Amino acid sequence: MELCDLSAHELALYLRQRRISAVEILESCLKRIESVDGRPGTLDSSPLTAEDEQKVHAFITLTPERARAQAEAVDRKIAAGEDPGPLAGVPFTVKDIFCVEGTPSTAASRILANFRAPYTATPVARMEAAGAIMLGKVNLDEFTYGSSNESSAFQPSPRNPWKLDRVPGGSSGGSTASVAAGEAPLSLGTDTAGSIRQPAAFCGVVGMKPTYGRVSRYGLIAFASSLDCPGPVARNVTDAALMMNAIAGADPHDSTAANVPVPDYLAALEQGVKGLRIGLSPDYFRITYPNLQNGTFETQPLPAEIETAVRRAADLLAAMGAEIVEGVPMPNTRFGIPAYFVISRVEAASNLHRFDGVKYGYRTPQPTNDLREMYRRSRGEGFGPQPKLRILMGMYVSAAQYSEQYYNRALRVRTLIRQDFDRAFDPSGPYRLNALLTPTTPTTAFKMAALYGDSVLMQYADQLTVPANHAGVPGVSLPGGLDSEGLPIGIQLLGPDYSEDVLLRIGRAYEEATETDPWRRVRPQALA
Amino acid sequence: MSDAITPEVFHHLVELAALALDPQEAEYVRKQLNNQLKAIHELEAIPLDGSVAATSHGVPYTAQTSPALREDKWQPYRDPQGILAQAPDTSDSYIVVPDIPHTTLE
Repeated sequence: MELCDLSAHELALYLRQRRISAVEILESCLKRIESVDGRPGTLDSSPLTAEDEQKVHAFITLTPERARAQAEAVDRKIAAGEDPGPLAGVPFTVKDIFCVEGTPSTAASRILANFRAPYTATPVARMEAAGAIMLGKVNLDEFTYGSSNESSAFQPSPRNPWKLDRVPGGSSGGSTASVAAGEAPLSLGTDTAGSIRQPAAFCGVVGMKPTYGRVSRYGLIAFASSLDCPGPVARNVTDAALMMNAIAGADPHDSTAANVPVPDYLAALEQGVKGLRIGLSPDYFRITYPNLQNGTFETQPLPAEIETAVRRAADLLAAMGAEIVEGVPMPNTRFGIPAYFVISRVEAASNLHRFDGVKYGYRTPQPTNDLREMYRRSRGEGFGPQPKLRILMGMYVSAAQYSEQYYNRALRVRTLIRQDFDRAFDPSGPYRLNALLTPTTPTTAFKMAALYGDSVLMQYADQLTVPANHAGVPGVSLPGGLDSEGLPIGIQLLGPDYSEDVLLRIGRAYEEATETDPWRRVRPQALA
Repeated sequence: MSDAITPEVFHHLVELAALALDPQEAEYVRKQLNNQLKAIHELEAIPLDGSVAATSHGVPYTAQTSPALREDKWQPYRDPQGILAQAPDTSDSYIVVPDIPHTTLE
């Protein structure tokens, strides 16, 4: 085992004990990146080679010199006997949707390819203030619009370290691939419909979507402002808790970052699950999706391996003292995607109007004497098909003649989805749950190019994660075993507002219960 | 099932959105939009009585949880030239754009 394979909490401990230095940790991660990552994503990339197909390609921009300066500063602090911070010397990657001062901050789009952020996003600044070392910016779907990373304008797009012909999921696929491949123990991602939890499930890592407003969005390039949540990606629950300690909390720069006290997420981690009520819902063991040929909707059960992993988790938690509540109705789960198709597109269209070739970003090189023509060409050449789709759908469903039928209706359906959770978690209601235990995804990682281009089916990959975004409640995806193809299965815990500490505590108990499982010792293909 | 977003509606949307698409891209995007609308139509079958209000944020904000607004105070920015350097075309600290077309309102 190399330093880069150790967990964040182990690295932080060994550093404080002066057994290792921050520079040694950094060099170990850079060596791993050199050996498994391959060429970074770029615009106008050449066709894939056989070697490319054996690499992870998590990065767009690696910033080794910046990282080295930070690591040396941490080592100097330790040598001087100063407190270097709780995450001192721990490397992390950042989804390239966050602004980091002086670095290219591209959103994986041609339209921002030349943009250098003039300030740093709050969650990144908090990680660095805690002593963590940023390694660079990792790839994502363009503007986060996708569930596979294939829509990135920066190719090659990331590949799943567990099986390199599979997608890592998305949109935080660069984040989860970098953590699964041992390039960094932590990554900062964002989750708007499942974009942390779905790729975490596909890549066999822990990914948490905090409560909406728990983590500041300042410096996050916005997609859907009422749904976007920054959150941690880690290889285990303790590391996710450590990262939550650093990034959570109110922020004067974000008026939606809630003024709610932040607990110490590590404090209750080992308290077990005795007495906690954990629910299972039949509505999370099936998916409903449209048949585009005949306009009907089809419902199918999830693959047996995925359901079995979730039920086994419930059995293990029950054996540790949790009370499992079967049959919790979440009847509006199936409407999460249709409502999301409307709400997220309206918000995306609004947020994307700012990219116009005037103040920053891409401007068409074609000469024109007409401002409107410059807008059209800059946006037409700068945006890929996914942003264009979202802008156009957002404008259509919010148009005066359609907004009642689509946008206002979707917002009311969102109320029903929230009510499902309110009922399940109501302390004086029939279910009184501390958490709902579900699968994270309807499938394990699919093959590259298998879904890309079909914007409807791709969106349904988020069916089991998007309800939490509508409702604003927190969720975490945990590695829950491997399927018959050796691909990771994700299990998900959802809880009431601001209950991240309880979800992490349950996750930690599950980790302990499965500590000796053989799948815990299997390494991803990229590390074989 | 006929397409709700016809080529004419699509062209109008593209114009409003200040976008430009080549014919191949336009065909793909219009088809995907119509497919997405088929999924969205599921919402129409949901019974919604008058008591179901719209939710714009899942998590409710209260007086206690809403952060206090910052004072509305002018502050100099440390590096205005750095901001201007991001603009594709500048002249003497002005951002340069092509002519803004003049329209006479009737």
